[in-house]
Amino acid sequence: MKHLSVKHLLGIKSLTLDDINLIFETADNFKEVINRPIKKVPSLRDVTIANIFFEDSTRTRLSFELAEKRLSADVVNFSASTSSLKKGETLLDTVNNILAMKVDMVVMRHSSSGAPHFLAKHIDANIINAGDGTHEHPTQALLDTYSIKERLNTVNGKKVVIIGDILHSRVALSNIFALQKLGAKVMVCGPNTLIPKYIRGLGVEVELDVLAALQWCDVANILRIQLERQQIKYFPSLREYSLYYGITKRMLDSLDREIVIMHPGPINRGIEISSDVADSEHSIILDQVENGVAIRMAVLYLLAGLPTPN
Amino acid sequence: MQKRLILDSHQLEITVNRLCQQLIENHGNFSDSVIIGLQPRGIYLAELIKTRLFNNLSIEVPLGYLDTTFHRDDFRRRKKPREPSTTNIKFIIEDKNVILVDDVIYTGRSIRAAMDAMITFGRPRKVELLTLINRKYSRQLPIEPDYVGKDVNTIKTQRVLVEWKVQGNKEDKIWLITEEIS
Repeated sequence: MKHLSVKHLLGIKSLTLDDINLIFETADNFKEVINRPIKKVPSLRDVTIANIFFEDSTRTRLSFELAEKRLSADVVNFSASTSSLKKGETLLDTVNNILAMKVDMVVMRHSSSGAPHFLAKHIDANIINAGDGTHEHPTQALLDTYSIKERLNTVNGKKVVIIGDILHSRVALSNIFALQKLGAKVMVCGPNTLIPKYIRGLGVEVELDVLAALQWCDVANILRIQLERQQIKYFPSLREYSLYYGITKRMLDSLDREIVIMHPGPINRGIEISSDVADSEHSIILDQVENGVAIRMAVLYLLAGLPTPN
Repeated sequence: MQKRLILDSHQLEITVNRLCQQLIENHGNFSDSVIIGLQPRGIYLAELIKTRLFNNLSIEVPLGYLDTTFHRDDFRRRKKPREPSTTNIKFIIEDKNVILVDDVIYTGRSIRAAMDAMITFGRPRKVELLTLINRKYSRQLPIEPDYVGKDVNTIKTQRVLVEWKVQGNKEDKIWLITEEIS
């Protein structure tokens, strides 16, 4: 019987290929469950999960909450904006207080990279990283690669380009780790200022010309420009970014083959991707969202099923 | 480890034929009946029964596979989580006569989980249980099969091993295995 090699899902980097494949196989079964007339199974009915979001999120939080509820877990939600953090409580104290109310698992998003790793060292509950700063967003990378596998049957040997703000993107980093573990070739593309220097050290190709990148790839994963993370200006204006890096139907039509278009959301239509591309048949953006629930159910199920110390 | 043959392929053939005749007695032309094989091991018997019924009556009885992993009551009580198998039920069981098929009934907990999982596909009119081997005196829940291939008296240290040809075994055979207590 297979099981995960980790107690927490902190990042893709700490997962093995077997872990990723096990999550995919389990997600296949949950995808069937969420397409049933009754979309709920009772597996996690004696498990309490706290969703602790120190940073705003709509999609990820909703997706986790749906996954938890479809597994029949008890769910408590916590957002930093309405909490005692404002009164000066530390992260560890906040989480320990929540755990004192007998919570079994913690799904956490935090604006500081490494925050879930810090918690994992100090508490017993299973921790799932729902995004930490500019570091990792493992469930997003799992659902992205799962969606590629679903569309192209395999990830191994496929060429995937990640376009946009690589510097501030945890989605990019997690995707790079996941894609490489699954045997894909990875390229990043964007303005030079938004491509971190260390990225070449990860064995990733860098391309500044978006048309050349599209010509090379089987799959293009287009990221949002994260204006809220940019303390200084990395490019002159959004219009200029859109002019050089926005993906349009005309660009796709000029290619000699069809490529798959992905976007982790939220989409800025008309900036990094035009509406006709986002809504085209090449786009698997909504499949990504559906698969997100199945992947998160699989992760929760596999982590909750590990033996508990008490 | 001791291994004792409970049913050889010839006896198994007779037993499965008898189970099919019993089903025909109760379900007539199977107009409102469906078969649900329980994953992972009940599906081979379910397939066999479906084929036999087709050969006897030329009737195609709808067959689905049901996985009960997510409905089990021992989650987080085992060392590792159970691995799920595929559920594939392409019909609604609302108002149907459902025949649940599994290879062995032991504590009854799988069947409880199966009944829980099954009702997510509708409210059946009637549910019956068919098992090839009934391990008597070991039930932990008030569940009994309606059709039994063979009753076997067993103790806790024994287990039943069902080998099917379609799984790559030489012959269909059912064994009773007794583990040595060290």
